Amino acid sequence: MTVIIDDPHEIATPAQLIVAPDLPPLILSRRPTHPLLTFTRRNPTIVMGGLLLAVIVVIAVLAPWLSTADPQALAPARRVRPPSAHDWFGTDDLGRDVYSRVIYGARTSLIVGFASAAAATFLGVLVGVLSGFIRWLDPIVMRIIDGLMSIPSVLIAIALLGVARGSIANVVIAISLSEFPRVARLVRGEVLSLRERAYVSAAVACGSSATRIMTRHILPNALDRIIIQATYVGASAIVAEAVLSFLGVGTPQTILSWGNIMAEGRALWQVKPYIVFFPSVFLCVTVLSVNLLGDGLRDFLDPRSAKRT
Amino acid sequence: MGLFVLRRILVTIPMMAVVALFVFGLLYLAPGDPAAMIAGDQATPAQIENIRSSLGLDRPFVVRFVSWIIGVVHGDLGNSLFSGQSVASMIVQRIPATLSVMGLTLIISISLAVPLGVVAASRQGSWLDRAVSAFAVLGFSLPVFVLGYILAYVFALQLGWFPVQGYAPSSQGFGPYIGHLLLPAVTLSGGYIALITRISRSAMLDALSQDYVRTAKAKGLPRRTVLFVHALKNAALPIVSIIGIGVAALIGGAVVTETVFGIPGLGRLVVDALLRRDYPIIQGVVLVSSFAYIAVNLGVDILYMLLDPRISY
Repeated sequence: MTVIIDDPHEIATPAQLIVAPDLPPLILSRRPTHPLLTFTRRNPTIVMGGLLLAVIVVIAVLAPWLSTADPQALAPARRVRPPSAHDWFGTDDLGRDVYSRVIYGARTSLIVGFASAAAATFLGVLVGVLSGFIRWLDPIVMRIIDGLMSIPSVLIAIALLGVARGSIANVVIAISLSEFPRVARLVRGEVLSLRERAYVSAAVACGSSATRIMTRHILPNALDRIIIQATYVGASAIVAEAVLSFLGVGTPQTILSWGNIMAEGRALWQVKPYIVFFPSVFLCVTVLSVNLLGDGLRDFLDPRSAKRT
Repeated sequence: MGLFVLRRILVTIPMMAVVALFVFGLLYLAPGDPAAMIAGDQATPAQIENIRSSLGLDRPFVVRFVSWIIGVVHGDLGNSLFSGQSVASMIVQRIPATLSVMGLTLIISISLAVPLGVVAASRQGSWLDRAVSAFAVLGFSLPVFVLGYILAYVFALQLGWFPVQGYAPSSQGFGPYIGHLLLPAVTLSGGYIALITRISRSAMLDALSQDYVRTAKAKGLPRRTVLFVHALKNAALPIVSIIGIGVAALIGGAVVTETVFGIPGLGRLVVDALLRRDYPIIQGVVLVSSFAYIAVNLGVDILYMLLDPRISY
């Protein structure tokens, strides 16, 4: 116990001197750390993934300024040049600058990834909530989801794109339709478990409507998991777009995307591997950043499951 | 027990029905007129009409669906729009190559991933555990075709240890057969190993925190026995089921791997068909691989049910 003496010049009484011996401070004073620094130290994965993704986003946004040449300009005289100080990533078989093409390709990947994640999550939440909340609907919806999930997702997208010729919108639709069952199943599970909680019973007892219970009580509590899942869907959508374009059935070849650049470089990869190499690096870094972000968010938002996996 | 097995088998019927409906609906939605395609450019409208009615294309959706299903049950998946060959026989021709790649992938993945997961869990928080987790994230983030090109460039082009592309059926001898398969199988294993390792690790962490593990340690059993006998046996269910579920991703990955390595398998077949809009082939491959996936998971569940008396559905 310390006795606080207001005025240092005031002479302490002998009793006070006995009570307040010269003890070292029990709590060491710490230099106050910036909250951002603390956050980084506790969640290195989120910060690392976020920063990497931010770099890719900046590259995509600033593509017109970062590129060194018109990505579509043909220059037959400068075909298949290896990487050099002038052509940083070399040129392809039509003389186009691979660096500029890769930079612009970031736009397609990010747009498709984000749009597919948003669409698949929206659809998944809708279906999952309906399935989890309407008892008679649940077995029917779940059988359909089970059936859809037994078709490999690449094949769903391939089959859908076989019917509708490739455009960015169709690629997004195909990827969302192949990814949404996972989200729907997760949301349905969350709804089923959350609806048994006491606060939901309380809301029911208060006479809240079903919509209100869903939007005010159940969805906010499932939001963490939905966000984490949406991040992973975004990562697989970016890969899926690249895979489909690489196979020649995704984004139309007139639109720059990493998958398309790789598809064009495929014929030459044994002799000119850099045409395939550079878009791959960007693709991997982007997917890695989104996956890291997802893992970090999981650790941050859902620590209980993070400890185990 | 028999009742449980029967019930598990019955569950697959609606799944297969959904797959069949999806696959059939696809052809229904497909643009273009198959009758006009088969008739060729010189055909008169009457000839096209003739072909249409002989193919039954003028009948209502439900009737066509039912007759299509009856055909599928009898092994008739229709004919290719281009070669006119039966789709079923084309698929049967391609199955050995795809199965070989996937089989070797399963062997590589399981024999690496499960021990990795076990060791990582037994030393939770150590550098080894961190390395395994980092490897898992990398494995998820490395798209199949990127890994394929890296491996092909290093081990086939630069070092020349393996052929760059192609496939040798097992009739050409074991050496060439495995030589052609190894790179594709390792490529396909990347993501699968990451998946199984992750699940094995978390299942093992769960099992290692149980009382019987403490008891086993307390009575002085060797560490290895505790890990692989007591804990792994009890952690096996999630591991075995993720191996089954992962087969879907494996089939998708095979499509890409076969394109990179020029393997004449099902994946190559479906991609070529897609580029030519040969819908019956696309339908056939989607149907066959989805049914294969359903069958694998049915097998996994039944096997597990027989091995572990605690499980019942």
